[in-house]
Amino acid sequence: MSRFGTIARRTFLLGTAAIAGGVAFGYYQYARALPNPLPHGEGQNPITPYVLIDQDGVTIITPRAEMGQGVYTTLAALVAEELDVTWEDIRVAHGPPDQAYYNGGLMSHGLPINDYERSGFQEMMIEAMTVVPKMAALQVTGGSTSMLDAYEKMRLAGASARETLKQAAADRLGLSRADLRTEAGAVIPPDGTPIPYADLAEAAARIDPVTRGIELRSQDSWRYLGQSMPRTDVVAKSTGTATFGADIRLPGMKHATLRMSPRLGGEMRHFDASAAEAMPGVERIIDLGTGIAVVASNTWLAMQAAEAVEIEWGPAPYPESSAEMMEIIRAALDNNPNSTLRNDGDADEAPDAADIVLEAEYTVPWLAHSTMEPMNAVALYTGDALELWCGTQAPVLAEQKAAEAVGLDAAQATCHVTFLGGGFGRRGETDFAVLAARIAAEMPGTPVKTIWSRDEDMRHDFYRPAAAARMHGVIRQGFAHTLDGRVAAPSVTRQSLNRVAGFTPPGPDKGHVEGMFNQPYGIPNYRVQGHLADLAVPIGFWRSVGNSFNGFFMESFIDEMAHAAGRDPLAFRLDLARGEHAPTAGVLEAVADMANWSGETPAGIGRGVAMTYSFHTPVAIAMEVSDRDGAISMDRAWIACDVGTALDPGIIEQQMISGLIYGLSAAVMGEISFAGGEVEQFNFPDYDALRIHQVPQTEVRILETQPHLGGVGEPSTPPSMAALANAIYDLTGERIRDLPLNRRFDFIL
Amino acid sequence: MATTLTINGDTHTVDLPDDVPLLWALRDEIGLTGTKFGCGVAACGACTVHIEGEAVRSCQIALADVWGPVTTIEGLGQPGNLHAVQAAWVEHQVAQCGYCQSGQIMQAADLLSRTPDPTDQEIDDAMAGNLCRCGTYDRIRAAIRTAAANLQGA
Repeated sequence: MSRFGTIARRTFLLGTAAIAGGVAFGYYQYARALPNPLPHGEGQNPITPYVLIDQDGVTIITPRAEMGQGVYTTLAALVAEELDVTWEDIRVAHGPPDQAYYNGGLMSHGLPINDYERSGFQEMMIEAMTVVPKMAALQVTGGSTSMLDAYEKMRLAGASARETLKQAAADRLGLSRADLRTEAGAVIPPDGTPIPYADLAEAAARIDPVTRGIELRSQDSWRYLGQSMPRTDVVAKSTGTATFGADIRLPGMKHATLRMSPRLGGEMRHFDASAAEAMPGVERIIDLGTGIAVVASNTWLAMQAAEAVEIEWGPAPYPESSAEMMEIIRAALDNNPNSTLRNDGDADEAPDAADIVLEAEYTVPWLAHSTMEPMNAVALYTGDALELWCGTQAPVLAEQKAAEAVGLDAAQATCHVTFLGGGFGRRGETDFAVLAARIAAEMPGTPVKTIWSRDEDMRHDFYRPAAAARMHGVIRQGFAHTLDGRVAAPSVTRQSLNRVAGFTPPGPDKGHVEGMFNQPYGIPNYRVQGHLADLAVPIGFWRSVGNSFNGFFMESFIDEMAHAAGRDPLAFRLDLARGEHAPTAGVLEAVADMANWSGETPAGIGRGVAMTYSFHTPVAIAMEVSDRDGAISMDRAWIACDVGTALDPGIIEQQMISGLIYGLSAAVMGEISFAGGEVEQFNFPDYDALRIHQVPQTEVRILETQPHLGGVGEPSTPPSMAALANAIYDLTGERIRDLPLNRRFDFIL
Repeated sequence: MATTLTINGDTHTVDLPDDVPLLWALRDEIGLTGTKFGCGVAACGACTVHIEGEAVRSCQIALADVWGPVTTIEGLGQPGNLHAVQAAWVEHQVAQCGYCQSGQIMQAADLLSRTPDPTDQEIDDAMAGNLCRCGTYDRIRAAIRTAAANLQGA
């Protein structure tokens, strides 16, 4: 986007609106056609409010859900940086579901381009793509995009609010705005007597917002941004007072649970609830068509009764075993490709006699999200309205789908977004809200909280798909000369868009090959093709999406090439990155420095490295493992990332380590398998994750050389799995091409 | 089937079958929702509370078997009046999604009441039953050390 375009939007897009007893500051939309979701006075222009100031003080409205990634803190800091408000005085609330809060950053990943190479044309296309989620009302928290979307909007809202409050004070005092300054939630006139913002809020609502001549503060003057701020949610989350969806309590509320077909998408042929109906506390057994729900006076009583219902399930609409499904996925590698998004040089070039040629096939299994808080939602249906309370990454969709399911229009539904007890992509789905609404619709006027058992949650996910890759490489004189990769898996993009919008997008599926085709490696012959496998297992967005499998495939194979070339795997990667993308070379050099990487490890110790560029952020990870009496211990990890501008280093560090551990858990032990059409894992004993004694001691280095913001919530997950497998190769000499690793190795328990 | 419980110093009578786990009396009847449901099989630790000062998984304790006064996260300390463990959790900014943290804190408080200066191994042994999907473990360990130091210095 040109500088001119930026200025034009700034002057056009800021606004204010009167609210009860105060004022809201925000951002006009493109065509001013989107209604303001918050109450506003007559004749006000519709804006997206980000800042509310009333008698109670300053509330910052975040358009994104807090699921651990720190948006309630960093989005607040964006506003506070410009607004001059004391950190401890800030309150944060989730905005109501509204198209106005569309995530303009979300579709920046949608273009089939190498997003590490940005030309002016590509920048323009990325900007243009921001219109798409607006139209689709994608108020979505995902894709590591919250900061990308908000970085300018929320600072401008804070700055416009500050200047408008100063103008209101200037009008009152008969002074010029230039005579005034702001500090600690007040306008300070020359005589030094502070006027609190709350006292100016009503007056500010009556004047035109100051939108011209606003300059955002320069980075070197930041006080909140660039610092590790105290999380605004940390006290509530350390005292049991943070409200998650499962914690909502309403007068007269009933408690429900459900049992849906374990053969996902299969029918329910028959059920007998006579025993369950007689159990204590049970009020209703509801036929949901493909399962049943029990409404009771207490969740546990509902769960006991749900188990007591005898149900005959129909078959699954997919092959019965994961082995059969993996055969279908592998066979898709030989079908016509859906995409060829990278095709540099000539991948079919015949190798020279002196070249080293490598072939390898890899597979990864299905994975569950396994959030700590099982799926749940509270719903109240009153015949002509539906109210929802739930932790969702997609509240507009949740409203639409839930309303549709009970015969209402989306306009008749309201969704209150709570804290999310983990999201990782799972809470971008709407099934839990839809089912809660359908159950509540059977009991008009009574609020019903539907909580899934862990078994139901584990066995009714939208899984990370199983995937397979076939890799071909040529090494010439110690350098990567050719990399030809094929990836096969069911398409998350197609299935999820079909669920959301009822159509299957044509054309190449970028999400399917991301993490392999778009890596900043200068390989002369570099081709990546995606092959789609058609399976009806529900799949969805799992932290880092396609990068989660392609990062493993690509960085395992690059490691194989390095070793086949007789080269140090870190130096081999640096050769590929230097000249192609300096920030990527930078993160590799950083982990080499942090780990004192020498390329040599003593017996009993193994080290591995991997790098994936995803969500606009290159992340390199070095891992160190050791042999403890035949069991593998993950001892150390070093992570380097380049996020362009580090808005909150403490939160970035948290997210980098979190993404690492999420990926390592999957690499070591994550596997959803099917038998008889049913998921074989029920609960944490069957599908566990790393515990405190198993995780490596980790150091994070944050670099800021990229010219744009990078995401932080996901990009450390893709390289984590390959870094571990590569370290285990260094330790044992065994190349593991199929996850999870605990099929072959013991890890310390 | 009424059961009388002492919870955070208050007496509550709940009218539920004897075999209902303490967790569901706390959450659904008494309204103390700081104690979380994670798995229902004592595999994640999100539901950890104290009975007579001992950390237990409330999803596995039937109402009839509650042998003493119960302390939940709400009784350990409150915003503005934090327990030393909670204060250390805030100081180290442990929480991400936060859902498991009530259980983590209750487990850590139990550890420090028995083992005021735990070794790394003792921390691992005590905390290995508490799952965190956000991977906050390094900060949990740091917060336990800070809380241990502060409690010993107190």
